[in-house]
Amino acid sequence: MESVPILKIGTTLLVSIQVDLQDHTALQLQEDLADRITSTGARGVLIDISGLEIVDSFIGRMLASIASISRVLDATTVVVGMRPAVAITMVELGLSLGGVRTALDVEKGLRLLDVGEDDAEHLLLDPDGTEAE
Amino acid sequence: MAQEPVTPLSSLLQDRRERIAAAWLETAAGELRGRITRSELEREQTDVLDTLVAGLAAGGLALTDPAFEGLRGLLGSVSTTRARQGFSPRETAISVFALKEGLYAILSDGDATLAPADLLTLLRLVDDLGLFTFETFASARESIIAEQAEQLLELSTPVVKLWEGVVAVPLVGTLDSARTQVVMEKLLQTLVDTGSEHAIIDITGVPAVDTQVAQHLLKTVVAARLMGAECTISGIRPQIAQTIVALGIEFGDIRTKATLADALVAALRTGKGRRAETSALTVA
Repeated sequence: MESVPILKIGTTLLVSIQVDLQDHTALQLQEDLADRITSTGARGVLIDISGLEIVDSFIGRMLASIASISRVLDATTVVVGMRPAVAITMVELGLSLGGVRTALDVEKGLRLLDVGEDDAEHLLLDPDGTEAE
Repeated sequence: MAQEPVTPLSSLLQDRRERIAAAWLETAAGELRGRITRSELEREQTDVLDTLVAGLAAGGLALTDPAFEGLRGLLGSVSTTRARQGFSPRETAISVFALKEGLYAILSDGDATLAPADLLTLLRLVDDLGLFTFETFASARESIIAEQAEQLLELSTPVVKLWEGVVAVPLVGTLDSARTQVVMEKLLQTLVDTGSEHAIIDITGVPAVDTQVAQHLLKTVVAARLMGAECTISGIRPQIAQTIVALGIEFGDIRTKATLADALVAALRTGKGRRAETSALTVA
């Protein structure tokens, strides 16, 4: 059974979905990702769906539940590279991916996660926020 | 009789051709004065008469006969051209119906060799020709209208880049489902192509916002958000703001600004646009 590779970059896990997902592959990914977040202590999950032509309600729900799982495990999920056609379809389906952060591409997604990290470090160094510009 | 290689009808027409063509040209040219030159009309009519005679010679009696295929094609192209050149329906139809004048002309000559039955057949044929011409004319006009509507749709939705990372769509005119779909697709595609993280939909030119239009706008904003871009709606005029509130439309957490300028400033100030703003400031 094919599975989606999960790459670790620093404190971020990168998942690039290149082909349309089968339902069981999606479920497998969900489990793998939860395992990897716990084992690596990742703070961010980046899911690149630029290769997806079709996002149905099942995949949409999978993305939302991955985001929820990650949140429980204290990691931020960013979905990147959604195609215009996919976005339109999802809106028509009434799927708004609540709670999932989005970015145009992997680079911007990483920046989004970095900003979160910086803020966290900032707070660690300066808990009262007195040094804020 | 109709099966003979050269039917009396075609030779009958061929024999009186000069007379028919002259009367036909006279009537049609009178009607179409100024729209088309006489020589052009004459060339056109010669072609039609040629194919008509050929069709009759091949045994055709009604316009639907295979023998008249060439004639149908010719008339089709003539009336399509007329439609494209903006001729009125009357002007288009008259150039075919005037052929009857030619037939009346030979009738009034008191030609003894012309059987009334033959003449009737010819007249019916001309009626068919006229109807066919008109039908082609109408369908050509319809396709022109459809084309123009499509062009209008394309033209009326430009997506402009305002700043590094900020694109805007100035919407002008009434929004309907079809248009919003085009706007949505174009905007989202531009976001991907330019890598912009901020989009501004300016509705200054939209005359009215009802629940349906609001729904379309909301969908666009949500779709942009799914792709990782933030959308601002700007250019909401006072009356429209009042209508929106009166209708009970909820824009939720979607950012709205009074003017495009405000929206641009807001876009540049947000975290996503900050990089762009600083780089712009450095340039300045």
